[in-house]
Amino acid sequence: MKGKISYIDQNNFLHQAVNMFFSAVKLGILTLGVYGIDSLLQPASSGQSMNCSFSHFLIESTSLEEELKDIRRNYPSPSSSEFDMSDAFYFCRRGIESIVDDEVTKCFTAEELESWNLLTRSNYNFNHISSRLTVLWGLGVVIRYGFLLPLRLTLAITGVGLLVVLTAMIGFLPNGRMKNFLSEKVHLMCYRICVRALTAIITYHHSENKPKNGGICVANHTSPIDVIILASDGCYAMVGQIHGGLMGLIQRSMVKACPHIWFERSEVKDRHLVAKRLSDHVKDKSKLPILIFPEGTCINNTSVMMFKKGSFEIGSTVYPVAIKYDPRFGEAFWNSSQFGMMNYLLRMMSSWAIVCSVWYLPPMIRQEGEDAMQFANRVKAAIARQGGLVDLLWDGGLKRGKVKDTFKEEQQKLYSKILVGTQEVRSRS
Amino acid sequence: MGSTNSTLLKIPNVEVLMQETGFSPAHIIRLHDRFKALDKEGRGHLCPHDFGAIKELAMNPIGDRIIGAFFSPGKETVDFHTFVKILAHFRPVDKDRPKEPNSPEPINSRSNKLKFAFQLYDQDKDGKISRDELLQVLRAMLGMQVTDEQLESIADRTIQEADLDRDDAISFEEFRKSLEKINIDHKMSIRFLR
Repeated sequence: MKGKISYIDQNNFLHQAVNMFFSAVKLGILTLGVYGIDSLLQPASSGQSMNCSFSHFLIESTSLEEELKDIRRNYPSPSSSEFDMSDAFYFCRRGIESIVDDEVTKCFTAEELESWNLLTRSNYNFNHISSRLTVLWGLGVVIRYGFLLPLRLTLAITGVGLLVVLTAMIGFLPNGRMKNFLSEKVHLMCYRICVRALTAIITYHHSENKPKNGGICVANHTSPIDVIILASDGCYAMVGQIHGGLMGLIQRSMVKACPHIWFERSEVKDRHLVAKRLSDHVKDKSKLPILIFPEGTCINNTSVMMFKKGSFEIGSTVYPVAIKYDPRFGEAFWNSSQFGMMNYLLRMMSSWAIVCSVWYLPPMIRQEGEDAMQFANRVKAAIARQGGLVDLLWDGGLKRGKVKDTFKEEQQKLYSKILVGTQEVRSRS
Repeated sequence: MGSTNSTLLKIPNVEVLMQETGFSPAHIIRLHDRFKALDKEGRGHLCPHDFGAIKELAMNPIGDRIIGAFFSPGKETVDFHTFVKILAHFRPVDKDRPKEPNSPEPINSRSNKLKFAFQLYDQDKDGKISRDELLQVLRAMLGMQVTDEQLESIADRTIQEADLDRDDAISFEEFRKSLEKINIDHKMSIRFLR
């Protein structure tokens, strides 16, 4: 047993040392490189990143009222509180505005960069700017695909392989402190190897607020890598659907070493079952904190979309975590409609680096008189504020689904209140 | 700027387009980017389905009518030129343009903006807004929030006030007259960013 531990430690140490050296060198060169190129380039990309703006039905209603009052103020007549042909102008204008630019579509595409970072994928208006830059770009391609990519692939395969093998081995041990201790070490080591495989340079802030046993950790979701980034700094119980293939293999072996919560596809639909399993898990204080991404889908890291209230109904302490990626070294957002998982991982491993910051926020508890949705919004606001993201009320489900009719009805209700409401006043007088 | 010129060159007949609509090169590029973003399958033209994918438009009570305004009768697709020309209606009126007697009226003139709005009401394009058409628009904007009687009384009152020649329909001239005092430029213009 002792021999095994020292082997793991040695392996761990060697891996860590080698990787830290490489990543330090790489980051140093890259930082100099990218900032140097910044000065070479004039802002070539014609895309200024438009920020998602805050939209709320409250603001919607006041602007509708104001607009209509304003239209009618210039048109005094005995029937001025009634429907006028010009009322349609408001809706027409809003419609055309949304055709020209709308917030929701923006949140599901990768952020535009202000200046190019020598990756073809982030060059939106591909133009020949200068030969010097093209040479630099070519050099970049050689370095990234010829040198960095093979290195990273090796590390990734090592990391995943070790995870599967070692957790399976630990599964044979009887439950107890030794098992938990080993499982923690193994998980951390393998995730750290995977982090190096992506060259993720992570800065953790406020580690004193790290999630504790029996709590739920919530974070904003940008890509599947979020899991690796958080799990390399602490042990969590993961929640998710059981997949087939390689993912399924990893999931099955992970659950042997420590209790994760994997659902069958059929069970996912049953909200009560999900809620029960989650609450059973948090009640057991010896179990690890659960990691949940309440948005439900990947957003492009400029904003935070509506949190699903399921995880906030359970009633345990919530530990919010904000993750913010720096898009200059590599775009981490996974646009699942544009490319699949393998393609995405390839892109991750052939960018310069994944640079991100993780903030652990102080724990929050649902207060008296607050329902799950309000609590979820409070947590969301805290995460958005810390990460410098825009706080949106839109549902991430809009990525794929149609707009629910209830939204249209809201607009109709607002308008009818203005018309019919004033009619009531008239009939009274 | 390198990127500006080469994007403009990719668009056919862009000079004519700029002259007809009055958009600046930066606006055209912005609209072109938007057109490409909406045209998810890269076919070079848009169909009603692409407009329907814009979530905010799907929530708009008269969203279908606005989409319909882009497609001329019988046509199922919208190319970039038509797209820009329709959006040109919403460009703010140029106050300092010299009035040339022989040049055609600009697309974003007050009159043309009114014609666009009239079109939203007059779906069968017979030049008049009939009582039925008015009821349809009212139903779209108010949904199920008001009863049929309330709807009918609103429609009756509106026609009563606007219909001057007593033919129980509102022609374009009557429409224009009833909106004389409204600041059309302000209400039917949007700021094109950048």
